[in-house]
Amino acid sequence: MEPRDFKAPLLEKFPFLAEFAWRSPFPSFYVPADRLLGVASFLRDDLGFDLLADLAGLDCSELGRTPRFEVVYNFYSITHKDRVFLKVAVEEAQELCEVPTMTGLYATANWYEREVWDMFGVRFTGHPYLKRILLYEGFEGHPLRKDYDIRHRQPLVPGAD
Amino acid sequence: MNSGLGDTPILTTVLDTAVTWARKYSLFPMPFGTACCAIEYMATVGSRFDVSRFGAEVVRFSPRQSDLLIVAGTISQKMAPVLKRIYDQMLEPKWVISMGVCACSGGFYDNYATLQGIDQIIPVDIYIPGCPPRPEAVIDAIVMLMKKMENGEDLARRPARVEQGRVTMQLPGETVPVAKLAERT
Repeated sequence: MEPRDFKAPLLEKFPFLAEFAWRSPFPSFYVPADRLLGVASFLRDDLGFDLLADLAGLDCSELGRTPRFEVVYNFYSITHKDRVFLKVAVEEAQELCEVPTMTGLYATANWYEREVWDMFGVRFTGHPYLKRILLYEGFEGHPLRKDYDIRHRQPLVPGAD
Repeated sequence: MNSGLGDTPILTTVLDTAVTWARKYSLFPMPFGTACCAIEYMATVGSRFDVSRFGAEVVRFSPRQSDLLIVAGTISQKMAPVLKRIYDQMLEPKWVISMGVCACSGGFYDNYATLQGIDQIIPVDIYIPGCPPRPEAVIDAIVMLMKKMENGEDLARRPARVEQGRVTMQLPGETVPVAKLAERT
């Protein structure tokens, strides 16, 4: 099937979506955290985006924009061969540093969200098993945060560094 | 080997020498392969490079049946306790070859996740640089190790201890930081 224009129906249904430009040929939108699941289920059920290809965290503290964190969702349609990006801005403050989980819509979000939690410390509310996935139990902090000291080591074997 | 062969069919030698001779031509490697170096090690064992020419082809995937630990690949902080346990499970006498820059020093993975060289947690006999090293380098390391064994260094017990974050090794008469071993002749 040919690539199609899905932007018009998407913006018609969700006029609050804020398109942004970056080095990508694909449509990309900021979405408020509380509307995320509504937009995602529309993408999945009505626009045929059947694959959550990626989900990543981003620490913007050196990019000069607020709030500090962003979570990026990369949806792909296997049928239509097109792609759309969603971004959710996340506040730094501990009690606000959270996003609703996508695991109810895409099972693959489970491990992605655990990785973002592991690396950036963004919580996903409603996640069934939000534990570190790559780093070990007892690791303190979230190493991909820009304020994590690049030389800091947390060895498991005493004496190593 | 001491040649005691005369007219009579009697061979005289020192027991250690005979045992060492046997050992050095029958190393049982245990590959601890965690990255691309392990692929290069497989090439070393394969028919083209044929490490069996040096008697070190009987690869055992059990630390209890092997005497040569070949650490081939990046060791993460999460993997470090596993490597230490594997080493501890091996019976004496045992030797360690650190294959590739990741195992030797962490390589370019100078980050929160990677152990900066396996000599932080276990003693190392031979370091092989390279990313990954060619099979010839691995064979060279095995031959170097055989020469070390021949010189008697192997039979010294070398309990490793951690002092101020560095692994030191007890050699006859002195304690040497593992990192300084390479400078010795």
